[in-house]
Amino acid sequence: MTRKQEVLSDVVIKFAGDSGDGMQLTGSQFTNSTALLGIDLATFPDFPAEIRAPQGTLPGVSGFQLHFSSERVFTPGDECDVLVAMNAAALKTNLKTLKKGGKIIANTDGFDAKNLRLANYPDGVNPLEDGSLSNYEVVRMDVTKMTREALKEVTMGMKEKDRAKNMFVLGFLYWMYNRSLEMTEKFLTDKFGKKPEILDSNLKALKAGYYYGETTETFTTTYKVERAKMEPGTYRSIMGNQALAYGLIAASQKSGLPLFLGSYPITPASDILHELSRHKSFGVRTFQAEDEIAAVTASIGASYGGSLGITTTSGPGVALKAEAMGLAVMLEIPLVVVNIQRGGPSTGLPTKTEQSDLLQAYYGRNGECPMPIIASSTPSDCFDVAFEACRISVQHMTPIMLLSDGYIANGAEPWKFPKSDDLPELKVKFKDGLAEGEDKFLPYKRDEKLVRPWAIPGTPGLEHRIGGIEKQDVTGNVNYEPENHQHMVFTRQAKVDRIADYIPEQKLDSGPESGKLLVLGWGSTYGAIKSAVAELQAQGHAVSHAHIRYIRPFPKNLGDLMKKFDQVLIPEINNGQLIKIIRDQYLIDAKPYNKIMGVPITKSEMVMKIKQMLGLS
Amino acid sequence: MSQTIAPALTAKDFATDQEVRWCPGCGDYSILAQVQKIMPSLGIPKENIVVISGIGCSSRFPYYMNTYGMHSIHGRATAVASGLKASRPDLSVWIVTGDGDGLSIGGNHTIHLLRRNFDVNLLLFNNQIYGLTKGQYSPTSEERKVTKSTPFGSIDHPFNPAALALGADATFVARSMDRDPKHLQDMLLRSQKHKGASFLEIYQNCNIFNDGAFETFTEKSTKPDNTLFLEHGKPLVFGAQQNKGIKIDGFRPKVVEIGTEASLDDLWIHDEKDFYKAQILVRMFDDPRIEGHLPRPFGVFYETERPCYEEMLNLQIEEVITAKGKGNLDKLLRGNEVWSIE
Repeated sequence: MTRKQEVLSDVVIKFAGDSGDGMQLTGSQFTNSTALLGIDLATFPDFPAEIRAPQGTLPGVSGFQLHFSSERVFTPGDECDVLVAMNAAALKTNLKTLKKGGKIIANTDGFDAKNLRLANYPDGVNPLEDGSLSNYEVVRMDVTKMTREALKEVTMGMKEKDRAKNMFVLGFLYWMYNRSLEMTEKFLTDKFGKKPEILDSNLKALKAGYYYGETTETFTTTYKVERAKMEPGTYRSIMGNQALAYGLIAASQKSGLPLFLGSYPITPASDILHELSRHKSFGVRTFQAEDEIAAVTASIGASYGGSLGITTTSGPGVALKAEAMGLAVMLEIPLVVVNIQRGGPSTGLPTKTEQSDLLQAYYGRNGECPMPIIASSTPSDCFDVAFEACRISVQHMTPIMLLSDGYIANGAEPWKFPKSDDLPELKVKFKDGLAEGEDKFLPYKRDEKLVRPWAIPGTPGLEHRIGGIEKQDVTGNVNYEPENHQHMVFTRQAKVDRIADYIPEQKLDSGPESGKLLVLGWGSTYGAIKSAVAELQAQGHAVSHAHIRYIRPFPKNLGDLMKKFDQVLIPEINNGQLIKIIRDQYLIDAKPYNKIMGVPITKSEMVMKIKQMLGLS
Repeated sequence: MSQTIAPALTAKDFATDQEVRWCPGCGDYSILAQVQKIMPSLGIPKENIVVISGIGCSSRFPYYMNTYGMHSIHGRATAVASGLKASRPDLSVWIVTGDGDGLSIGGNHTIHLLRRNFDVNLLLFNNQIYGLTKGQYSPTSEERKVTKSTPFGSIDHPFNPAALALGADATFVARSMDRDPKHLQDMLLRSQKHKGASFLEIYQNCNIFNDGAFETFTEKSTKPDNTLFLEHGKPLVFGAQQNKGIKIDGFRPKVVEIGTEASLDDLWIHDEKDFYKAQILVRMFDDPRIEGHLPRPFGVFYETERPCYEEMLNLQIEEVITAKGKGNLDKLLRGNEVWSIE
């Protein structure tokens, strides 16, 4: 039969199911197939903190949202066009994000009496049958039954067969969106090559889903999204934590410093440890320490020995590392502390996103303890920011805090990856011995950047002792004199402040250089602000957007840039943190916009707030 | 890194220009002197030696050693040393810690360092008191001890450091004391010679806050009858007249009089390689105030070989590079799936 093919410009799909249903895999496979067609995209995985919460229950729902478009995409989308619901709980949890008129692809087997009860539907109520979904287009498929049917020849237990359900759904969606199965077939072959039965069942289910779409007459339309008009070049799909790990490896390669990662597993940062531990061929040493404190102090030890010392964690881990970061500030040696922020305080919301560790990064250590701070704004930006963090750390002999968050850490986007040759060399020079006329090594003698020499053990003539006790400037000897302490406090601050001479000036992301309103963001709010501002600019409103990467020190021109606007709006996924620092440093009456729900700010929320600021609503 | 052997050094070459600031009479002076004495004989250029400490009286040690050194933060010397040794196996890494630093606030890192078996030397100065914070009880203080923070006596049961180290699968466990310079030098040399993590507990007198904590073991009049010096392959003999010995009675060590109760041949022959006997030896930890107590052993309880963490870490890297070749950054950044936009 002939079918209609409809061309769409923009689609948001949410895959939702039980946390054991393989929705993250399904979503990421669909994402990769989308990326390979040159379609722009952004993703947002949303999973429970429990590995396998009780099956079928509301807390057990795992979701993966994918926004793809032939236009540029900067957010995973506010509302979904399509909701894949593997069970009743998945429907109930996600229905509110589905557009009116949107499509629900429901696995009817996940709506049996037991699943309905687990999803807290009242006795006898089935949303697929009671007409409550009349505002949506509901596609009912008994995925379980059809998967079992497709696998009837396979000699596996029913439970194992049912694991391939997600591949059936993926196959169906591939048909619906005119995709080829090839990429996923290759992926499955690589993954399950050594387990022929599992491979066979997954491939069969994938194909069965595809053929189901093709042969069933119920479905009259397939959809196509054209490739996006993006800057020419070669692209790949990348996730934030992966990009961050690559940025660290690149910095190690470009500086010639072996990478040492001390880390303790913590959500949502562990993927960086996993990724780096795979790359031993780059000489990467990963050390899974006994705790967060050992992780950071081992990295300090490695840095003292001349490695590129890195530690990766999330907010609770940063809290534990605070004293050690103070030590690194006193030792004045390089150390990159990566915080993939999550909802806090305490254990908080381990799998949800938040930007609430900025003040911790800024102030969260004892004593006057300045550390530079740098923040990434999108998944691929994590690469550049990681590279920059290493540059600042080794060239300014200082620990630095890199802030990312769960949203961009697990989100994916197309990345026009750089060539190794295009990356700048990171010049690092260890002091290699006493200079002529120098009769004694002075470990705290500073250069024009106020930076002291990096003298590593094994270098004859430079034997010296350093530590966390206050020391005399120049000699580095223990010193408790009042004037010296004040001098050292000022000097450590001045050293960090002086980094401003070695970072780019702040640029506007879009909009006029002066006017009524500047939206000033940092970190993962980038996409929402950018798309909201773009929409309003297209409607003719004068609004500008600047996004800060360098938070400590700020770019030198930031104050002047902000003062050209009548109003400055600072949206954050916290209770107002950057805004405190901005107000403190520039005495600007900036206005906050805060959302603290463990999820990103949406574009429409941003549009609404900006309109209100412009007096349009 | 330079590996050339420097011209013969002396103990003085290992002293710094910093004034030593321990209390007069502190046992730390003797330990520093013995460490400086043995250093020249190691044949290691001093630029390749790193002394890392945490916080506490003992942790001032690096300032007085003319080598590389770091006075880190409380309890973390072991972790700093782990990162340094993992990334720089060429260095000779010495950790100086105390009973508070290494067994209380840093207890976790101590046991993990031992199980991983980095090739480092851990010197645990045990004075059974918190000296730097002026006299609180420590995790090795005896029960009922009256200190500033335990005016009615401590109710904490103390650690037995050597047993703890053996429990953490240390590959070298030994004990010595500040007041026996010769023995301490021997033990320092043994620690250095051992390939793997060496755990050396050193009884150290704090003459200000816990004076005489070990006097039963260190004073001429009581030492011979209360201490047992272990020597590999030799029977366990002690006493002023060398007329007492240790015999194994089932699983229990028992004091016997040589000649009347047993002959030399009946005695326990010390075997540093015997893991099971070492378990019994480290448990010879009687309170010397108790009637009929066993003597306290000094020397090497146990030594074994096990691959070192840093060796295996670097071997893995070499193996991967041999199998796959050196990492190529462009390949990594490109990944497996790309698309082009013209």
